[in-house]
Amino acid sequence: MTQADLYTLLPLIVLVIWACALLLVDLLIPRGRKGITAFLAALGLALTLGLTLAQVSAAGTAFQGMVVLDGFARFVNALLALTGLLGVGLAYGYVRRMGIERGEYYTLLLFSVAGMMLMAQAADLIVVFLALELLSIPLYILAAFARPKETSEEAGLKYFLLGAFATGFVVYGIALTFGATGTTSLSGIIAAASNGDAGLLLTIGAALILVGFGFKVAVVPFHMWTPDVYQGAPSAVTAFMAAGAKIAGFAALLRVFGLAFSSLSADLTAILWTLSALTMIVGNILAIAQTNIKRLLAYSSIAHAGYILMAFVPFGNAEVLPVSVAAGVFYLVAYTLTNFGAWAVVIALEKAEGRGLDLDDYAGLGRKYPALAAAMTVFMLSLTGVPPTLGLVGKFYLFRAVIAGGFYGLAVIGVLTSLISAYYYLRVVVIMYMREGEPERVSEPWLNLTWAASALAVVLISLVPAPLFAWASQAVFALF
Amino acid sequence: MIPLSWYLILSAALFSLGLFGVLARKNAVAILLGIELMLNAVNVNLVAFWRYGNLTSIAGQVFAIIVFAVSAAEVAVGLALVISVYRRRKTIVADEIDMLKW
Repeated sequence: MTQADLYTLLPLIVLVIWACALLLVDLLIPRGRKGITAFLAALGLALTLGLTLAQVSAAGTAFQGMVVLDGFARFVNALLALTGLLGVGLAYGYVRRMGIERGEYYTLLLFSVAGMMLMAQAADLIVVFLALELLSIPLYILAAFARPKETSEEAGLKYFLLGAFATGFVVYGIALTFGATGTTSLSGIIAAASNGDAGLLLTIGAALILVGFGFKVAVVPFHMWTPDVYQGAPSAVTAFMAAGAKIAGFAALLRVFGLAFSSLSADLTAILWTLSALTMIVGNILAIAQTNIKRLLAYSSIAHAGYILMAFVPFGNAEVLPVSVAAGVFYLVAYTLTNFGAWAVVIALEKAEGRGLDLDDYAGLGRKYPALAAAMTVFMLSLTGVPPTLGLVGKFYLFRAVIAGGFYGLAVIGVLTSLISAYYYLRVVVIMYMREGEPERVSEPWLNLTWAASALAVVLISLVPAPLFAWASQAVFALF
Repeated sequence: MIPLSWYLILSAALFSLGLFGVLARKNAVAILLGIELMLNAVNVNLVAFWRYGNLTSIAGQVFAIIVFAVSAAEVAVGLALVISVYRRRKTIVADEIDMLKW
Protein backbone atom coordinates (compact mmCIF):
# COMPACT_ATOMS: atom_id res chain seq x y z
CA MET A 1 0.00 0.00 0.00
CA THR A 2 1.64 3.19 -1.16
CA GLN A 3 0.98 6.83 -0.57
CA ALA A 4 -0.68 7.07 -3.97
CA ASP A 5 -3.11 4.30 -2.96
CA LEU A 6 -4.07 6.17 0.18
CA TYR A 7 -4.44 9.43 -1.72
CA THR A 8 -6.81 7.83 -4.21
CA LEU A 9 -9.20 6.62 -1.53
CA LEU A 10 -8.56 9.36 1.05
CA PRO A 11 -12.11 10.79 1.30
CA LEU A 12 -13.55 7.28 1.55
CA ILE A 13 -11.02 6.15 4.18
CA VAL A 14 -11.69 9.25 6.27
CA LEU A 15 -15.44 8.68 5.99
CA VAL A 16 -15.23 5.02 7.08
CA ILE A 17 -12.94 5.80 10.03
CA TRP A 18 -15.23 8.67 10.98
CA ALA A 19 -18.25 6.35 10.90
CA CYS A 20 -16.51 3.72 13.06
CA ALA A 21 -15.43 6.39 15.57
CA LEU A 22 -18.93 7.84 15.59
CA LEU A 23 -20.31 4.42 16.51
CA LEU A 24 -18.18 4.52 19.69
CA VAL A 25 -18.69 8.21 20.46
CA ASP A 26 -22.43 7.72 20.16
CA LEU A 27 -22.33 5.41 23.21
CA LEU A 28 -21.22 8.36 25.35
CA ILE A 29 -23.98 10.66 24.14
CA PRO A 30 -27.05 10.39 26.38
CA ARG A 31 -30.46 9.48 24.98
CA GLY A 32 -32.44 12.52 23.93
CA ARG A 33 -29.32 14.41 22.90
CA LYS A 34 -28.61 12.42 19.75
CA GLY A 35 -28.68 15.68 17.82
CA ILE A 36 -24.97 15.85 18.66
CA THR A 37 -24.43 12.63 16.69
CA ALA A 38 -26.19 14.22 13.75
CA PHE A 39 -23.89 17.23 13.86
CA LEU A 40 -20.81 15.00 14.09
CA ALA A 41 -22.03 12.94 11.12
CA ALA A 42 -22.63 16.11 9.11
CA LEU A 43 -19.13 17.29 10.03
CA GLY A 44 -17.66 14.02 8.74
CA LEU A 45 -19.58 14.33 5.48
CA ALA A 46 -18.51 17.96 5.07
CA LEU A 47 -14.89 16.88 5.60
CA THR A 48 -15.33 14.15 2.98
CA LEU A 49 -16.84 16.64 0.56
CA GLY A 50 -13.91 19.01 1.12
CA LEU A 51 -11.34 16.26 0.60
CA THR A 52 -13.10 15.08 -2.57
CA LEU A 53 -13.05 18.57 -4.04
CA ALA A 54 -9.37 18.91 -3.05
CA GLN A 55 -8.34 15.77 -4.98
CA VAL A 56 -7.21 17.55 -8.11
CA SER A 57 -4.15 15.58 -9.20
CA ALA A 58 -4.09 13.44 -12.32
CA ALA A 59 -6.34 10.42 -12.77
CA GLY A 60 -5.01 6.98 -11.93
CA THR A 61 -5.75 3.57 -10.50
CA ALA A 62 -4.67 2.28 -7.10
CA PHE A 63 -4.62 -0.92 -5.05
CA GLN A 64 -3.49 -3.04 -8.04
CA GLY A 65 -6.11 -1.56 -10.34
CA MET A 66 -9.00 -2.19 -7.96
CA VAL A 67 -10.12 1.42 -7.62
CA VAL A 68 -9.70 4.45 -9.81
CA LEU A 69 -9.70 8.18 -9.23
CA ASP A 70 -10.77 10.25 -12.21
CA GLY A 71 -12.95 13.22 -12.96
CA PHE A 72 -16.04 11.06 -13.10
CA ALA A 73 -15.40 9.59 -9.64
CA ARG A 74 -14.68 13.05 -8.21
CA PHE A 75 -17.88 14.51 -9.63
CA VAL A 76 -20.07 11.64 -8.43
CA ASN A 77 -18.36 11.48 -5.03
CA ALA A 78 -18.95 15.19 -4.45
CA LEU A 79 -22.61 14.69 -5.37
CA LEU A 80 -22.85 11.70 -3.00
CA ALA A 81 -21.30 13.59 -0.08
CA LEU A 82 -23.85 16.35 -0.72
CA THR A 83 -26.60 13.71 -0.77
CA GLY A 84 -25.41 12.47 2.62
CA LEU A 85 -25.42 16.01 4.04
CA LEU A 86 -28.95 16.64 2.79
CA GLY A 87 -29.96 13.23 4.19
CA VAL A 88 -28.67 14.18 7.65
CA GLY A 89 -30.36 17.59 7.42
CA LEU A 90 -33.73 16.03 6.63
CA ALA A 91 -33.41 13.37 9.31
CA TYR A 92 -32.32 15.66 12.16
CA GLY A 93 -35.73 16.96 13.16
CA TYR A 94 -37.77 14.16 11.60
CA VAL A 95 -36.43 11.24 13.65
CA ARG A 96 -36.95 13.19 16.87
CA ARG A 97 -40.50 14.12 15.99
CA MET A 98 -41.34 10.53 15.01
CA GLY A 99 -39.81 9.12 18.20
CA ILE A 100 -37.16 7.06 16.40
CA GLU A 101 -34.13 9.12 17.35
CA ARG A 102 -31.23 6.68 17.74
CA GLY A 103 -27.58 7.40 17.06
CA GLU A 104 -27.20 4.39 14.76
CA TYR A 105 -29.24 6.20 12.13
CA TYR A 106 -26.39 8.54 11.29
CA THR A 107 -23.69 5.87 11.46
CA LEU A 108 -25.63 3.67 9.03
CA LEU A 109 -26.11 6.64 6.74
CA LEU A 110 -22.35 7.30 6.73
CA PHE A 111 -21.57 3.65 5.92
CA SER A 112 -24.10 3.70 3.11
CA VAL A 113 -22.54 6.86 1.63
CA ALA A 114 -19.14 5.13 1.88
CA GLY A 115 -20.49 2.22 -0.16
CA MET A 116 -21.89 4.58 -2.77
CA MET A 117 -18.57 6.41 -3.07
CA LEU A 118 -16.67 3.13 -3.42
CA MET A 119 -19.09 2.21 -6.20
CA ALA A 120 -18.22 5.38 -8.12
CA GLN A 121 -14.50 4.57 -7.84
CA ALA A 122 -14.67 0.85 -8.58
CA ALA A 123 -12.44 -0.33 -11.44
CA ASP A 124 -12.94 -4.02 -10.77
CA LEU A 125 -16.15 -6.05 -10.66
CA ILE A 126 -15.22 -7.48 -7.23
CA VAL A 127 -15.16 -3.94 -5.85
CA VAL A 128 -18.46 -3.17 -7.60
CA PHE A 129 -20.00 -6.12 -5.73
CA LEU A 130 -18.48 -5.14 -2.37
CA ALA A 131 -19.60 -1.53 -2.79
CA LEU A 132 -23.10 -2.66 -3.74
CA GLU A 133 -23.39 -4.61 -0.50
CA LEU A 134 -21.83 -1.86 1.61
CA LEU A 135 -24.41 0.60 0.35
CA SER A 136 -27.39 -1.79 0.45
CA ILE A 137 -27.10 -3.46 3.86
CA PRO A 138 -27.30 -0.18 5.84
CA LEU A 139 -30.24 0.86 3.64
CA TYR A 140 -32.15 -2.34 4.52
CA ILE A 141 -31.77 -1.48 8.19
CA LEU A 142 -32.63 2.20 7.67
CA ALA A 143 -35.82 1.26 5.80
CA ALA A 144 -36.95 -0.70 8.87
CA PHE A 145 -35.73 1.98 11.26
CA ALA A 146 -39.17 3.11 12.45
CA ARG A 147 -39.49 -0.26 14.24
CA PRO A 148 -41.90 -1.20 15.85
CA LYS A 149 -44.05 0.50 13.22
CA GLU A 150 -45.41 -2.33 11.09
CA THR A 151 -45.24 -0.60 7.73
CA SER A 152 -41.59 0.28 8.24
CA GLU A 153 -40.65 -3.27 9.28
CA GLU A 154 -42.48 -4.58 6.27
CA ALA A 155 -40.72 -2.12 3.96
CA GLY A 156 -37.36 -3.20 5.39
CA LEU A 157 -38.11 -6.91 4.89
CA LYS A 158 -39.36 -6.40 1.33
CA TYR A 159 -36.41 -4.22 0.41
CA PHE A 160 -34.06 -6.81 1.88
CA LEU A 161 -35.59 -9.80 0.10
CA LEU A 162 -35.70 -8.15 -3.31
CA GLY A 163 -32.33 -6.46 -2.83
CA ALA A 164 -30.62 -9.73 -1.92
CA PHE A 165 -32.38 -11.41 -4.85
CA ALA A 166 -30.98 -8.72 -7.16
CA THR A 167 -27.52 -9.18 -5.69
CA GLY A 168 -27.71 -12.83 -6.70
CA PHE A 169 -28.16 -11.78 -10.32
CA VAL A 170 -25.30 -9.28 -10.16
CA VAL A 171 -22.80 -11.80 -8.76
CA TYR A 172 -23.89 -14.53 -11.16
CA GLY A 173 -23.37 -12.08 -14.00
CA ILE A 174 -19.94 -11.14 -12.63
CA ALA A 175 -19.00 -14.83 -12.33
CA LEU A 176 -19.95 -15.47 -15.97
CA THR A 177 -18.00 -12.38 -17.05
CA PHE A 178 -15.03 -13.72 -15.09
CA GLY A 179 -15.38 -17.06 -16.83
CA ALA A 180 -15.64 -15.48 -20.26
CA THR A 181 -12.66 -13.15 -19.90
CA GLY A 182 -10.54 -14.74 -17.14
CA THR A 183 -10.41 -11.47 -15.22
CA THR A 184 -12.63 -9.19 -13.15
CA SER A 185 -10.85 -5.90 -13.80
CA LEU A 186 -12.58 -3.56 -16.21
CA SER A 187 -9.42 -2.93 -18.24
CA GLY A 188 -8.82 -6.71 -18.52
CA ILE A 189 -12.39 -7.19 -19.74
CA ILE A 190 -11.91 -4.52 -22.42
CA ALA A 191 -8.76 -6.28 -23.63
CA ALA A 192 -10.42 -9.71 -23.69
CA ALA A 193 -13.58 -8.39 -25.36
CA SER A 194 -11.63 -6.61 -28.09
CA ASN A 195 -9.89 -9.88 -28.97
CA GLY A 196 -13.37 -11.13 -29.78
CA ASP A 197 -12.91 -14.41 -27.91
CA ALA A 198 -15.41 -13.64 -25.15
CA GLY A 199 -18.62 -14.47 -27.00
CA LEU A 200 -22.01 -15.44 -25.68
CA LEU A 201 -20.95 -16.00 -22.06
CA LEU A 202 -19.89 -12.34 -21.74
CA THR A 203 -23.20 -11.15 -23.21
CA ILE A 204 -25.19 -13.26 -20.74
CA GLY A 205 -23.00 -11.99 -17.90
CA ALA A 206 -23.56 -8.37 -18.88
CA ALA A 207 -27.31 -8.95 -19.21
CA LEU A 208 -27.49 -10.50 -15.70
CA ILE A 209 -25.54 -7.56 -14.24
CA LEU A 210 -28.02 -5.25 -15.96
CA VAL A 211 -30.97 -7.13 -14.40
CA GLY A 212 -29.43 -6.90 -10.91
CA PHE A 213 -28.75 -3.19 -11.19
CA GLY A 214 -32.17 -2.74 -12.77
CA PHE A 215 -33.66 -3.88 -9.45
CA LYS A 216 -31.44 -1.50 -7.50
CA VAL A 217 -32.27 1.61 -9.50
CA ALA A 218 -35.94 0.57 -10.02
CA VAL A 219 -36.22 0.03 -13.76
CA VAL A 220 -39.44 -1.52 -15.15
CA PRO A 221 -40.04 -4.54 -15.05
CA PHE A 222 -37.93 -4.79 -11.88
CA HIS A 223 -39.69 -1.95 -10.03
CA MET A 224 -42.41 -3.78 -8.03
CA TRP A 225 -40.77 -3.16 -4.66
CA THR A 226 -40.30 0.58 -5.08
CA PRO A 227 -43.72 2.05 -4.13
CA ASP A 228 -44.09 -0.25 -1.09
CA VAL A 229 -40.62 0.41 0.24
CA TYR A 230 -40.75 4.15 -0.42
CA GLN A 231 -44.13 4.38 1.30
CA GLY A 232 -43.28 2.22 4.29
CA ALA A 233 -39.79 3.51 5.06
CA PRO A 234 -39.42 6.68 7.15
CA SER A 235 -39.64 9.67 4.77
CA ALA A 236 -36.14 10.93 5.57
CA VAL A 237 -34.74 7.49 4.66
CA THR A 238 -36.78 7.37 1.47
CA ALA A 239 -35.41 10.73 0.34
CA PHE A 240 -31.84 9.57 0.93
CA MET A 241 -32.42 6.15 -0.63
CA ALA A 242 -34.16 7.53 -3.72
CA ALA A 243 -31.27 9.85 -4.53
CA GLY A 244 -28.23 7.97 -3.20
CA ALA A 245 -28.99 4.47 -4.45
CA LYS A 246 -29.85 5.86 -7.89
CA ILE A 247 -26.67 7.92 -8.18
CA ALA A 248 -24.45 5.02 -7.12
CA GLY A 249 -26.26 2.44 -9.23
CA PHE A 250 -26.16 4.58 -12.35
CA ALA A 251 -22.53 5.56 -11.73
CA ALA A 252 -21.53 1.89 -11.65
CA LEU A 253 -23.66 1.11 -14.72
CA LEU A 254 -22.15 4.03 -16.66
CA ARG A 255 -18.63 2.95 -15.87
CA VAL A 256 -19.13 -0.78 -16.40
CA PHE A 257 -21.21 -0.51 -19.57
CA GLY A 258 -19.53 2.53 -21.11
CA LEU A 259 -16.07 1.13 -20.47
CA ALA A 260 -16.04 -2.65 -20.25
CA PHE A 261 -19.08 -3.77 -22.20
CA SER A 262 -19.03 -1.23 -25.04
CA SER A 263 -18.22 -4.03 -27.52
CA LEU A 264 -21.56 -5.66 -26.69
CA SER A 265 -23.66 -2.73 -27.87
CA ALA A 266 -24.96 -4.65 -30.89
CA ASP A 267 -26.75 -7.07 -28.56
CA LEU A 268 -27.62 -4.81 -25.65
CA THR A 269 -28.65 -1.49 -27.21
CA ALA A 270 -32.10 -2.79 -28.16
CA ILE A 271 -32.62 -4.18 -24.64
CA LEU A 272 -31.62 -0.88 -23.03
CA TRP A 273 -33.84 1.03 -25.45
CA THR A 274 -36.82 -1.13 -24.48
CA LEU A 275 -36.11 -0.92 -20.75
CA SER A 276 -35.80 2.86 -20.91
CA ALA A 277 -39.00 3.32 -22.91
CA LEU A 278 -40.96 0.86 -20.72
CA THR A 279 -39.75 2.53 -17.52
CA MET A 280 -40.78 6.00 -18.68
CA ILE A 281 -44.20 4.83 -19.86
CA VAL A 282 -45.14 2.52 -16.98
CA GLY A 283 -43.74 4.79 -14.24
CA ASN A 284 -45.61 7.84 -15.47
CA ILE A 285 -48.89 6.06 -16.19
CA LEU A 286 -49.04 4.26 -12.83
CA ALA A 287 -48.27 7.53 -11.03
CA ILE A 288 -51.52 9.06 -12.31
CA ALA A 289 -53.70 6.85 -10.11
CA GLN A 290 -51.85 7.55 -6.84
CA THR A 291 -53.47 9.50 -4.01
CA ASN A 292 -50.66 9.12 -1.48
CA ILE A 293 -47.83 11.59 -1.99
CA LYS A 294 -45.14 9.06 -1.03
CA ARG A 295 -46.38 6.54 -3.58
CA LEU A 296 -46.71 9.28 -6.16
CA LEU A 297 -43.08 10.28 -5.66
CA ALA A 298 -42.08 6.60 -5.75
CA TYR A 299 -43.62 6.14 -9.21
CA SER A 300 -42.11 9.46 -10.21
CA SER A 301 -38.69 8.12 -9.21
CA ILE A 302 -39.27 5.03 -11.37
CA ALA A 303 -40.13 7.27 -14.32
CA HIS A 304 -36.96 9.29 -13.73
CA ALA A 305 -34.88 6.12 -13.70
CA GLY A 306 -36.20 5.66 -17.25
CA TYR A 307 -35.05 9.13 -18.27
CA ILE A 308 -31.57 8.59 -16.82
CA LEU A 309 -31.42 5.20 -18.54
CA MET A 310 -31.70 7.09 -21.84
CA ALA A 311 -28.11 8.16 -21.27
CA PHE A 312 -27.03 4.51 -21.62
CA VAL A 313 -28.71 3.71 -24.89
CA PRO A 314 -25.90 5.15 -27.08
CA PHE A 315 -23.23 3.41 -24.94
CA GLY A 316 -21.62 1.62 -27.86
CA ASN A 317 -21.09 4.80 -29.86
CA ALA A 318 -17.70 6.18 -28.78
CA GLU A 319 -18.43 9.64 -30.21
CA VAL A 320 -21.76 10.20 -28.50
CA LEU A 321 -20.86 8.42 -25.25
CA PRO A 322 -19.01 11.33 -23.53
CA VAL A 323 -21.91 13.69 -24.22
CA SER A 324 -24.55 11.23 -23.11
CA VAL A 325 -22.65 10.31 -19.93
CA ALA A 326 -22.28 14.02 -19.14
CA ALA A 327 -26.01 14.46 -19.70
CA GLY A 328 -26.67 11.46 -17.44
CA VAL A 329 -24.68 12.78 -14.48
CA PHE A 330 -26.08 16.28 -15.01
CA TYR A 331 -29.57 14.81 -14.81
CA LEU A 332 -28.58 13.00 -11.59
CA VAL A 333 -27.65 16.38 -10.05
CA ALA A 334 -30.97 17.87 -11.16
CA TYR A 335 -32.88 14.85 -9.84
CA THR A 336 -31.04 14.85 -6.50
CA LEU A 337 -31.76 18.52 -5.75
CA THR A 338 -35.41 18.29 -6.85
CA ASN A 339 -35.95 15.00 -5.05
CA PHE A 340 -34.59 16.22 -1.71
CA GLY A 341 -36.61 19.41 -1.99
CA ALA A 342 -39.86 17.58 -2.68
CA TRP A 343 -39.28 15.10 0.16
CA ALA A 344 -38.46 17.99 2.53
CA VAL A 345 -41.89 19.46 1.79
CA VAL A 346 -43.47 16.03 2.36
CA ILE A 347 -41.67 15.76 5.71
CA ALA A 348 -42.78 19.27 6.70
CA LEU A 349 -46.41 18.21 6.31
CA GLU A 350 -46.14 14.65 7.65
CA LYS A 351 -47.74 13.87 11.00
CA ALA A 352 -47.20 10.92 13.31
CA GLU A 353 -48.89 7.61 12.44
CA GLY A 354 -48.49 8.24 8.73
CA ARG A 355 -51.12 10.98 8.51
CA GLY A 356 -50.74 14.10 6.39
CA LEU A 357 -49.54 12.11 3.38
CA ASP A 358 -52.64 12.20 1.19
CA LEU A 359 -52.81 14.63 -1.68
CA ASP A 360 -55.92 16.12 -0.05
CA ASP A 361 -53.81 17.14 2.95
CA TYR A 362 -52.07 19.64 0.65
CA ALA A 363 -55.30 21.60 0.07
CA GLY A 364 -55.02 25.21 1.11
CA LEU A 365 -51.23 25.17 1.35
CA GLY A 366 -50.91 28.04 -1.13
CA ARG A 367 -52.99 30.35 1.04
CA LYS A 368 -51.62 29.39 4.44
CA TYR A 369 -47.90 28.89 3.71
CA PRO A 370 -47.11 30.67 0.42
CA ALA A 371 -43.34 30.06 0.59
CA LEU A 372 -43.66 26.31 1.17
CA ALA A 373 -46.27 26.00 -1.59
CA ALA A 374 -44.09 27.99 -3.98
CA ALA A 375 -41.14 25.68 -3.27
CA MET A 376 -43.30 22.59 -3.85
CA THR A 377 -44.52 24.13 -7.11
CA VAL A 378 -40.91 24.58 -8.22
CA PHE A 379 -40.13 20.92 -7.45
CA MET A 380 -43.22 19.66 -9.26
CA LEU A 381 -42.38 21.80 -12.31
CA SER A 382 -38.80 20.56 -12.22
CA LEU A 383 -39.92 16.93 -12.10
CA THR A 384 -42.22 17.61 -15.05
CA GLY A 385 -39.53 19.48 -16.95
CA VAL A 386 -41.06 22.95 -17.27
CA PRO A 387 -39.00 26.18 -17.30
CA PRO A 388 -37.43 27.80 -15.36
CA THR A 389 -36.23 24.70 -13.54
CA LEU A 390 -33.26 22.36 -13.54
CA GLY A 391 -35.45 19.43 -14.59
CA LEU A 392 -36.03 21.01 -17.99
CA VAL A 393 -32.32 21.67 -18.56
CA GLY A 394 -31.47 18.10 -17.57
CA LYS A 395 -34.06 16.67 -19.94
CA PHE A 396 -32.88 18.97 -22.72
CA TYR A 397 -29.31 17.66 -22.45
CA LEU A 398 -30.53 14.07 -22.26
CA PHE A 399 -32.79 14.33 -25.30
CA ARG A 400 -30.02 16.10 -27.23
CA ALA A 401 -27.58 13.27 -26.46
CA VAL A 402 -30.09 10.59 -27.44
CA ILE A 403 -30.89 12.39 -30.71
CA ALA A 404 -27.16 12.74 -31.43
CA GLY A 405 -26.99 8.96 -31.08
CA GLY A 406 -29.76 8.63 -33.66
CA PHE A 407 -32.49 7.32 -31.34
CA TYR A 408 -35.29 9.66 -32.36
CA GLY A 409 -38.06 7.32 -31.25
CA LEU A 410 -36.77 7.29 -27.68
CA ALA A 411 -36.63 11.09 -27.56
CA VAL A 412 -40.24 11.25 -28.77
CA ILE A 413 -41.32 8.79 -26.06
CA GLY A 414 -39.43 10.90 -23.51
CA VAL A 415 -41.28 14.07 -24.53
CA LEU A 416 -44.69 12.34 -24.65
CA THR A 417 -44.27 10.74 -21.22
CA SER A 418 -43.19 14.13 -19.81
CA LEU A 419 -46.51 15.48 -21.05
CA ILE A 420 -48.34 12.64 -19.29
CA SER A 421 -46.40 13.37 -16.11
CA ALA A 422 -47.56 17.00 -16.18
CA TYR A 423 -51.04 15.72 -15.35
CA TYR A 424 -50.19 14.30 -11.93
CA TYR A 425 -47.48 16.78 -10.96
CA LEU A 426 -49.68 19.75 -11.76
CA ARG A 427 -52.57 18.12 -9.88
CA VAL A 428 -50.51 18.60 -6.70
CA VAL A 429 -50.09 22.28 -7.59
CA VAL A 430 -53.80 22.66 -8.34
CA ILE A 431 -54.74 21.08 -5.01
CA MET A 432 -52.36 23.39 -3.15
CA TYR A 433 -53.71 26.59 -4.69
CA MET A 434 -57.29 25.93 -5.79
CA ARG A 435 -58.75 23.96 -2.89
CA GLU A 436 -59.66 25.12 0.60
CA GLY A 437 -58.04 23.40 3.54
CA GLU A 438 -56.23 23.84 6.83
CA PRO A 439 -52.83 22.15 6.52
CA GLU A 440 -50.47 22.14 9.50
CA ARG A 441 -46.78 22.26 8.78
CA VAL A 442 -43.73 21.65 10.94
CA SER A 443 -41.07 24.31 10.97
CA GLU A 444 -37.53 23.16 11.77
CA PRO A 445 -34.47 25.17 10.82
CA TRP A 446 -32.61 22.40 8.93
CA LEU A 447 -35.73 21.22 7.16
CA ASN A 448 -36.62 24.76 6.08
CA LEU A 449 -33.06 25.27 4.90
CA THR A 450 -33.23 22.08 2.82
CA TRP A 451 -36.37 22.94 0.88
CA ALA A 452 -35.56 26.63 0.53
CA ALA A 453 -31.99 26.02 -0.64
CA SER A 454 -33.06 23.22 -3.01
CA ALA A 455 -35.77 25.39 -4.57
CA LEU A 456 -33.34 28.28 -5.04
CA ALA A 457 -30.69 25.98 -6.52
CA VAL A 458 -33.18 24.34 -8.88
CA VAL A 459 -34.24 27.72 -10.27
CA LEU A 460 -30.90 29.55 -10.21
CA ILE A 461 -28.76 26.80 -11.74
CA SER A 462 -31.34 26.40 -14.50
CA LEU A 463 -30.74 30.02 -15.51
CA VAL A 464 -26.96 29.45 -15.92
CA PRO A 465 -26.55 25.70 -16.40
CA ALA A 466 -23.45 25.94 -18.63
CA PRO A 467 -20.76 25.94 -15.87
CA LEU A 468 -22.24 22.86 -14.18
CA PHE A 469 -22.61 21.05 -17.50
CA ALA A 470 -19.03 21.99 -18.41
CA TRP A 471 -17.89 20.51 -15.11
CA ALA A 472 -19.90 17.35 -15.77
CA SER A 473 -18.43 17.05 -19.29
CA GLN A 474 -14.88 17.50 -18.02
CA ALA A 475 -15.51 15.01 -15.29
CA VAL A 476 -16.70 12.48 -17.78
CA PHE A 477 -13.98 12.80 -20.38
CA ALA A 478 -11.41 11.61 -17.87
CA LEU A 479 -13.30 8.32 -17.75
CA PHE A 480 -12.11 7.29 -21.17
CA MET B 1 -10.76 -34.77 -15.47
CA ILE B 2 -14.44 -33.82 -15.37
CA PRO B 3 -15.11 -31.22 -18.09
CA LEU B 4 -15.81 -27.60 -17.10
CA SER B 5 -19.28 -27.69 -18.62
CA TRP B 6 -20.46 -30.16 -15.96
CA TYR B 7 -19.68 -27.65 -13.23
CA LEU B 8 -21.39 -24.89 -15.16
CA ILE B 9 -24.51 -27.03 -15.60
CA LEU B 10 -24.49 -27.86 -11.89
CA SER B 11 -24.16 -24.19 -11.07
CA ALA B 12 -26.92 -23.15 -13.48
CA ALA B 13 -29.18 -25.85 -11.99
CA LEU B 14 -28.48 -24.63 -8.45
CA PHE B 15 -29.13 -21.04 -9.50
CA SER B 16 -32.43 -21.99 -11.13
CA LEU B 17 -33.44 -23.99 -8.06
CA GLY B 18 -32.77 -20.94 -5.89
CA LEU B 19 -34.64 -18.72 -8.32
CA PHE B 20 -37.63 -21.08 -8.22
CA GLY B 21 -37.49 -21.05 -4.42
CA VAL B 22 -37.56 -17.25 -4.30
CA LEU B 23 -40.45 -16.98 -6.74
CA ALA B 24 -42.58 -19.92 -5.56
CA ARG B 25 -42.18 -20.04 -1.78
CA LYS B 26 -44.26 -17.85 0.50
CA ASN B 27 -42.28 -18.17 3.71
CA ALA B 28 -39.70 -15.39 4.16
CA VAL B 29 -37.11 -17.82 5.56
CA ALA B 30 -37.59 -20.15 2.58
CA ILE B 31 -37.13 -17.19 0.22
CA LEU B 32 -33.91 -16.40 2.08
CA LEU B 33 -32.76 -20.00 1.59
CA GLY B 34 -33.44 -19.65 -2.13
CA ILE B 35 -31.29 -16.52 -2.29
CA GLU B 36 -28.47 -18.34 -0.48
CA LEU B 37 -28.68 -21.15 -3.02
CA MET B 38 -28.30 -18.60 -5.84
CA LEU B 39 -25.21 -17.14 -4.19
CA ASN B 40 -23.68 -20.58 -3.68
CA ALA B 41 -24.24 -21.37 -7.36
CA VAL B 42 -22.07 -18.34 -8.04
CA ASN B 43 -19.33 -19.76 -5.81
CA VAL B 44 -19.33 -23.07 -7.70
CA ASN B 45 -18.99 -21.08 -10.92
CA LEU B 46 -16.17 -18.91 -9.64
CA VAL B 47 -14.07 -21.77 -8.32
CA ALA B 48 -14.65 -23.88 -11.45
CA PHE B 49 -13.69 -21.01 -13.75
CA TRP B 50 -10.56 -20.42 -11.67
CA ARG B 51 -9.57 -24.12 -11.71
CA TYR B 52 -9.96 -24.42 -15.48
CA GLY B 53 -8.54 -21.00 -16.27
CA ASN B 54 -5.45 -19.13 -15.21
CA LEU B 55 -4.25 -20.91 -12.04
CA THR B 56 -1.69 -18.25 -11.14
CA SER B 57 -4.34 -15.59 -10.67
CA ILE B 58 -6.26 -16.16 -7.45
CA ALA B 59 -9.07 -13.70 -8.27
CA GLY B 60 -11.65 -16.50 -8.54
CA GLN B 61 -10.87 -18.00 -5.14
CA VAL B 62 -10.68 -14.63 -3.42
CA PHE B 63 -13.96 -13.57 -4.98
CA ALA B 64 -15.65 -16.76 -3.74
CA ILE B 65 -14.48 -16.03 -0.19
CA ILE B 66 -15.71 -12.44 -0.46
CA VAL B 67 -19.08 -13.65 -1.72
CA PHE B 68 -19.74 -15.94 1.21
CA ALA B 69 -18.41 -13.48 3.76
CA VAL B 70 -20.71 -10.79 2.43
CA SER B 71 -23.68 -13.12 2.14
CA ALA B 72 -23.21 -14.06 5.80
CA ALA B 73 -23.42 -10.38 6.72
CA GLU B 74 -26.49 -10.02 4.56
CA VAL B 75 -28.23 -12.99 6.18
CA ALA B 76 -27.50 -11.60 9.66
CA VAL B 77 -29.43 -8.45 8.76
CA GLY B 78 -32.13 -10.40 6.95
CA LEU B 79 -32.86 -12.77 9.82
CA ALA B 80 -32.98 -9.82 12.22
CA LEU B 81 -35.63 -8.23 10.01
CA VAL B 82 -37.57 -11.51 9.81
CA ILE B 83 -37.53 -11.92 13.60
CA SER B 84 -38.57 -8.32 14.09
CA VAL B 85 -41.58 -8.83 11.80
CA TYR B 86 -42.42 -12.18 13.40
CA ARG B 87 -42.52 -10.76 16.94
CA ARG B 88 -45.24 -8.32 16.00
CA ARG B 89 -47.30 -10.29 13.50
CA LYS B 90 -46.68 -13.90 14.53
CA THR B 91 -46.24 -14.74 10.86
CA ILE B 92 -43.51 -14.59 8.26
CA VAL B 93 -45.61 -15.69 5.31
CA ALA B 94 -45.15 -13.13 2.55
CA ASP B 95 -48.85 -13.10 1.60
CA GLU B 96 -49.89 -12.15 5.10
CA ILE B 97 -47.37 -9.31 5.36
CA ASP B 98 -49.55 -7.01 3.34
CA MET B 99 -50.03 -3.69 5.09
CA LEU B 100 -48.56 -2.14 1.95
CA LYS B 101 -49.91 -3.22 -1.40
CA TRP B 102 -47.37 -5.37 -3.21
